[in-house]
Amino acid sequence: MRNEPRRRADYLGLREALGDRLLPVLVAAMSFLAALAMAGALASATLAARWQGDAASQLTIQVPQPTAPDASSKTSRLDSVLAALKAMPNVADEQVMSPKDVTALISPWLGADPAQLGLPLPGVISARWVDTAPPDALAPTLDKLSPGTLVQTGALWASRVAALTTSLQACAAAILIIVALVAAAVVAVATRSGLAQRRETITLIHALGALDDDIAGRFAARITLLAFAGAAAGAVLALPVLAWLGALAAPFAGPAQINDVFNLPPALMFALPGLPVIAAAIGWGTAQLTVRGWLRSLP
Amino acid sequence: MVKFEDVWLKYRHPARQGDAAAEALRGISFEIPEGGFRWLIGPSGAGKTSLLKLIYLAEHPEKGRIDILGTEAAKISRRDAALLRRRIGVVYQDFRLLPQLSAYDNVALPMRLARRNETQIHADVTEILRWVGLETRLHARPDELSGGEQQRIAIARAVVARPKLLVADEPTGNLDDEQAHRLMHLITALNRLGTTVVVATHNMGLVEKWPAPRLTIEHGKLTHAE
Ligand SMILES: Nc1ncnc2c1ncn2[C@@H]1O[C@H](COP(=O)(O)OP(=O)(O)O)[C@@H](O)[C@H]1O
Ligand SMILES: [Mg+2]
Repeated sequence: MRNEPRRRADYLGLREALGDRLLPVLVAAMSFLAALAMAGALASATLAARWQGDAASQLTIQVPQPTAPDASSKTSRLDSVLAALKAMPNVADEQVMSPKDVTALISPWLGADPAQLGLPLPGVISARWVDTAPPDALAPTLDKLSPGTLVQTGALWASRVAALTTSLQACAAAILIIVALVAAAVVAVATRSGLAQRRETITLIHALGALDDDIAGRFAARITLLAFAGAAAGAVLALPVLAWLGALAAPFAGPAQINDVFNLPPALMFALPGLPVIAAAIGWGTAQLTVRGWLRSLP
Repeated sequence: MVKFEDVWLKYRHPARQGDAAAEALRGISFEIPEGGFRWLIGPSGAGKTSLLKLIYLAEHPEKGRIDILGTEAAKISRRDAALLRRRIGVVYQDFRLLPQLSAYDNVALPMRLARRNETQIHADVTEILRWVGLETRLHARPDELSGGEQQRIAIARAVVARPKLLVADEPTGNLDDEQAHRLMHLITALNRLGTTVVVATHNMGLVEKWPAPRLTIEHGKLTHAE
């Protein structure tokens, strides 16, 4: 009996019964989607961290009545505030915006040139906050020099970027959950069709005294292998797409990312190999449950 | 060994709807001692197969108590029921050979389920196939075998794992007289070696040639038990 060992390993003929093509192809598609969703979530987190930092460090200081004398009556209010900012070690890149720029900045909101409306233009200084602590004390200090001075930080922007990131990640999580559920459904359907195709065999070996554990184990082993292979293929196929997306995002991601493999976030390089493992686990668990449920109908 | 006490069986989907005799078996009681041999006789539709199914744990009775090989059938776990089935050899009326497997692999099935090693399997399967006269048809698939040959494969599969209890449902149905008597020689030989045997048949000629105690069933009722 030349073929005994092989026949022994597969005496249910599961090789033919469990569609060797359809299940791995569908699982590969799920895995591909999961890879994209994970990449999206991780990339948005990486980019957001950077953008958030940039936005949060941005300072805009508005000085009303810039030409009026300051508290000490020695210089104009604008000059006084500018000098104070320059003296602060945690503020850098101070720049006074020209009245033209300020007009350009404001007129869209007013629908007309502020000068024609007779509105007094504030002085505007842009700067960068280079400290880790928030610039809370800045506004009161400047207000003393020049009453009514407003300090705006990028905090609002930062919180908007944070909200965007959170919703992107929630979307990614939802996609991952749906993909996992669909994968489980695909496995359940494939297992049921395998059971239906091998109904005669399974009812017979059950009658001959096969244990539920054995029958479920055989199916689960086969499904696990197919799911693992399919998910691995899907993850590998996702790599070039992710590399391309990574290259698109590279200019926004800053210099730190440029030298990484494929420009992908490092976390993704750990998450991708996890996909086949998770798919295998979903396959194993679903197949076990499906087969055991089906066997319950036998005496 | 095998003991029925007031056993009733009702199929959940009766073949004849609304029939008064919806119960396939009604109040069956009998006992077969260890090493015993029983003919189970009765006309077609009387309930022979149904009774055998209860013996080989393929149906649950609606009511009554069944003891098989010293265990009360209703009280065992699924796992123990599977292990008990391994000690019962069954020749099904419709053979139930697996079409995708060769004669050899069909016969080897019970031993593989019991995780015997392939050397042992090879020795036992070839011996049993020689015993039923099919040693030259090892590689044939069921659809390449005649009805009589298939039946002998089914018999070989039932006895290969040396069961304590052998249950045969019309095992001579597809055999000519000579083959039928040859088969009866095999079964009685097994019986002499200690296997308890129940054979259902409506071939009265065979029963008269091989005298043994009879269980007679009609319309689901045991009308005569020896
Ligand atoms: N699976 C089944 N479902 C419903 N009714 C059945 C089933 N098997 C047998 N029966 C009915 O039970 C009765 C006994 O059948 P069976 O045990 O096969 O008789 P026998 O083997 O003596 O010919 C018959 O009336 C038959 O129609
Ligand atoms: Mg019958």
